[in-house]
Parts: sequence; structure tokens; C-alpha cells
Amino acid sequence: MQMADTGKKIKEPLFHIVRRDNIVWWKAWIIRLLAILAALVFCGIVSFLLTKENPLRIYSVMFDGAFGTKRRVWSLAQNVAMLLCVSVAVAPAFKMRFWNVGGEGQVLAGGLASAACMILFGDSLPSAVLLIVMLIASILAGAIWAVIPAIFRARWNTNETLFTLMMNYIAIQLVSFFAYKWSVPKGSGQVGIINRTSHAGWLPVIGDMEYLLNIIIVLVLTVIMYVYLKYSKQGYEIAVVGESEKTAKYIGISVRKVILRTMIISGAICGLAGLLLVAGTDHTISRETAAGRGFTAIMVTWMAKFNPFFMVLTSLLIVFLEKGATEISTAFELNESFSEIITGIIIFFIIGCEFFIQYRVVFREKEAA
Amino acid sequence: MWAEFIRRAIMQGIPLLFGSTGEIITEKSGNLNLGIPGIMYVGGIGGVIGAFLYEQNTTELNPFLAVFIPLLCSILCSLIMGLIYCFLTVSLRANQNVTGLAMTTFGVGIGNFFGGSLVKLAGSDVPSINLTATSSYFRTSLPFAEDLGWFGQIFLSHSFLAYLAIITAIVASFVLTKTRTGLNLRAVGENPATADAAGIRVEKYKYLATCIGSIIAGLGGLYYVMDYANGVWSNDGFGDRGWLAIALVIFAIWRPNLSILGSILFGGLYIVHNYIPNLDVSGQELFKMLPYVVTILFLVITSIGKKRNAQPPASLGLPYFREDR
Repeated sequence: MQMADTGKKIKEPLFHIVRRDNIVWWKAWIIRLLAILAALVFCGIVSFLLTKENPLRIYSVMFDGAFGTKRRVWSLAQNVAMLLCVSVAVAPAFKMRFWNVGGEGQVLAGGLASAACMILFGDSLPSAVLLIVMLIASILAGAIWAVIPAIFRARWNTNETLFTLMMNYIAIQLVSFFAYKWSVPKGSGQVGIINRTSHAGWLPVIGDMEYLLNIIIVLVLTVIMYVYLKYSKQGYEIAVVGESEKTAKYIGISVRKVILRTMIISGAICGLAGLLLVAGTDHTISRETAAGRGFTAIMVTWMAKFNPFFMVLTSLLIVFLEKGATEISTAFELNESFSEIITGIIIFFIIGCEFFIQYRVVFREKEAA
Repeated sequence: MWAEFIRRAIMQGIPLLFGSTGEIITEKSGNLNLGIPGIMYVGGIGGVIGAFLYEQNTTELNPFLAVFIPLLCSILCSLIMGLIYCFLTVSLRANQNVTGLAMTTFGVGIGNFFGGSLVKLAGSDVPSINLTATSSYFRTSLPFAEDLGWFGQIFLSHSFLAYLAIITAIVASFVLTKTRTGLNLRAVGENPATADAAGIRVEKYKYLATCIGSIIAGLGGLYYVMDYANGVWSNDGFGDRGWLAIALVIFAIWRPNLSILGSILFGGLYIVHNYIPNLDVSGQELFKMLPYVVTILFLVITSIGKKRNAQPPASLGLPYFREDR
């Protein structure tokens, strides 16, 4: 290349960005921990500005809100389990780079199916049979809700982010519709506790530990999902399709089949989460049953890099923040949406820090005199 | 009754029109900003905070300032949200979907938090946020609209923000299809690597498009609070309109001028259950599904039809790093 010697110097940018070849795992974790610390400090500043309280006291209130009493710890564990369940469900889809933002709708579809069984067959079927019917119905409902967008994506390449997103609202309105149909008293739009006296279709309570069954089921699912993604042939296919659909086609993987199969699994687990929420936790159904977990799970899964065991940690972090910030808002008489602000800030920091794990910034060298 | 229905459909449609125009501009740069619902909340609450503080600190409202201060606050707040999104996805290369969803959590949180706590934080003694005074300035419409019958009711009875929404959509359409800037922007969204090779500054276009898009979407929130809700903020009152705005983008096949008609149609679908005789409450809930069902049908039809000018920008949602090539 010919350089015209005009005496003008070529301006070199102040810094440029280089992809890291490989980063030692502990360095990556130090960066992540630093990011969380930075986020907590930042949240402390925000809380201080809003409440004018000593930031340390704010943190102790948060901690107390999440772990303060046995009841709170138990409620925390139950919430972590439910968020983890939805996260485990969406993980295989994301690993395949299929943007299933329809977790919310799939959970609701599953929950609606099990609520319908509880209401319709609550008096007629023996409880063991009823539970099996509910299980099948909710898993089917979740899977159907997930496979519809998958079919269109696999066959016509329809944008799955937008499709699954819209499916959420159809599910929400469907639940609203049935909530009015089944409402007690009529017209209130509230279903109320289903089978309050007979407890038909309620998940059995192990010992006197309510929710324990939920937690066990979710933990088993987490282990299975880890093994499935890491050691099974299907898990490998998911990873290949996620990395590059062209490679997958080249080595003879049927991309359509993998997409459909993975989305059925994803939706089925979401449906199961709906069952756990309706039959194992709330014993009712409403628009709020999924409580945004379908969306939060996406962030949980992403932060954990699709590893189900890390998801335990990330969902614990999110639920801790929610509980803690809710406690702050009660203690300082603020609106409870404070927790959403704190959660948002922490997620910004965590997804932001991934940059420093994958890339390094090289500054312009000092010019020689 | 028809005129009244169309007028109300337009009023429902205006926030969606702002939101979808903003999102179209954003998506044309290749950024799929799922934070739009959050940004619309922030735009709304920004205006509320501005108006509240102004009303509290002055005895007599100056008509110009009463409109200007909330407008400016709303724009600034939405701009900050747009900058956060850009910084994370463009500069730090974070995943767009995750960032967008986090923005929505964050934005809705901000809206509800300040909506619920502003009175206490500002140390004022009013029971709730009620900005009817400010709202009345926002709602000023042409004085002779009443005299023109149905024509006036449908076309002339709206406030300045509604006309601003339509003008913005037309201007956006013009800029996107008829100017060099629009061509460059579309190139960035279709194929950033080629655009980069042609000397277009990809990051600059992404930043500008997303921030301008955020500001426009935020105005939708402002319109909702100040015009539609008469200046009364209620938590979660804005509802799922943000997602509906994203649905409208698909329906309008990424063309702001089509989304003018689309927004009125969606607004109509949103309220049509009020106009159907003998419909019980549960039936109303089914009717509220309509806009989403229509969007899905449209999404499916356009993807099956594979018409080239009805597709999303080719690199929508994909990150671009020059070093990765």
C-alpha cells in the first residue's frame, strides 16, 4: 500500500479490543465476583440516596429479609426451586440458540391444565389417579405451547423470539378467561383455593415440610438436565446446533428434529413447573401464577452459562435480591418494586462483566520520544 | 357511536404508535430492544416526576413550562435507558435479548417504585400523585373540533402529542426509505460487516438509532399518563402495551407509516370488547387476546410467504464485532 507522505500522522485509537484466547477459570470467577461486588456497592449508593440510611444497615435488612427466620429461609428455598425449575426448562432451548422467551406462557399453560383437572375431576377421581392425570395434562399443555412456535421456526424459519413472546399473552388471557369462568364468588375473577377441604389434587406433603416435594423434584430435574446436556448424544446435538446450524447440517444432524425435540422438552418442564406452582404451592391459578419467572429464568440461565448447577447459584442470587429488597421497601416504607430496580442493576453488572471475560482492552502504547 | 369508537381506538393506539416507531428505528439498526416496555414506563414516570416537582414548587403553572418540563424529563429518562442498552449491547457486546428483558424488569420497577414512593420521597403532604393541572395543558386540543361533528371528533379532537406521534412515524418512514442516512442505517441492520467495509460507522448508527428509538418510545409512556390517564399515575396501569408495541412492529412489517394504521387497528382490537353487546367478563378476556393472535398470524404468514420486503432486518438480534470476522 502506498502511503502519501504528507506529514500527517495516522491517528491511532486510544484503545482497541482483543478477544482473549482462553481465560483461566478462576480469573473469570474473580471478574464475576468483582462485578457482583461493584453492583452491590452501586445498589448501596442508590438505596442510600433514596432512604438516607446507613448502607450497611440496608444490607443487614436485606439479609434479614431473606434469611432472618426459619420461615423466610424456607420460603426463599421454595422460590429458588421454582425459579430454578423454569431456568432448567429454558436452558436446553437457549443452548440451542432458540430464544424461548415464552417460558411464562408455557408455565401458565401447564398450571392451567392442572388447575382444570383439579376442578373438573377433583370429586370424581381417586387422588393418586388424579395426580397422574394432572401430571400428564400439565406436561402436555406446556409442550404444546412450546412446540407451536418450534414447528414454525423449524419449517419456515419464523422468528421464535417474537412468536414465543406473543404466546405468553395468549396464555395469560386464556388464564384470565378461565379465572372468570371458575371464579368463586362468581364474577370476582379470583379462583380462590381449589379443593380447600378435600385437598384433591394437592401434591402430598412430606413429613410436615411443605414444599419439600417441590424442592426435591426440582433438584432431581437439575441433575438430570446437567447429565442430559453434558453427557448425552442429544445434549451434544443441541450444543452443535447452537454453535452453528450449518455445521450441524453438514455432519448430518437433522436440525428440524433437534429443534422440535428440544422445545418439547423445554415446554414439558415448564408445564411441570406450572403443576408444581398450582398443585404444590399456590393451590390456585391466576395471571400472576408464573410471576414473571419465565422472563427472569432467561437471565438466570444466561448468567449461569447454561450450566444447571450454576443456575442454582444465580437463581439464589436473584431470589435473595427480590426478598431482600422487598424487606427494605417494607422497612423504609417504600414501594416494593424497589426489588426490581436492584435486580435490574445487578443483572446489568453481571452481563456487562462478561465482556471483560471474553475480551481484553489494549491501550495505545506510549509513544517513544 | 362509531366516531366515538374510532376516537377511542386512536387514543389507545397512540402509545403503541410511539412505541412501535421507536422500536422500528431501533430494529433497523439490528438491535432487537426487548426493553421497550420498560423504557415506556420510564418515559411515563419521567414526565410524572418532572410535572410533580414543578407543580409542588410553584403556585401558578406557566402553560409552556407545564408542558416543557415533563416533556424534557421524559426524554432525558428514556435517553438514559437507551444509553444503558447501547452501552451493554454495542460497547460491551452483551446479549440483546437478556439485556432487553433486564431493561424491562428495571424500567417497570422504576416506574412502579417512583409511582408508589414519589410522594414520600419528595416529602410532600399530598395523598397521591394527581397531575390533572399539568394534564389539562397536555390535553389542549383544537377549540373548533367539537363543532365539526364526527369529522372533528375523529381527526381533530386529539392533543398535540397524538399528532406528534403521527408526524414522527411519517418522518421516520421518509428518513428510512428516502435518505442516505436511512439507507446506511438499513445497511447496518441487514449486514453490518458489509456496511462497515463500506465505511459506515456501525457503532455510531446503532447508538443513534437505539437512543432516538428509546426517546420516541418513551413519549408513548408520557402520552399514556398525561393524556389517556388524565395525569393520574397508577402502578402497572400501563399494562402490557409495551409488548403490544413490539407486536405492532411485526404487524407493520417494519414500516412506520403502516404502523399508523396498525396502531389504530390494535387500539380498536384492545377496546373492542367494550362495544360488543351482551359480552360477559370472561368473554372480554378472550377478546383481549385478539391483537396477539393477529400478530402471530401475521408473523406466520409473512415468514411462509417469504416476501423479501416483509422480513425482519437480516442481522436483527445478532451482535456485530469487527474483530470476529
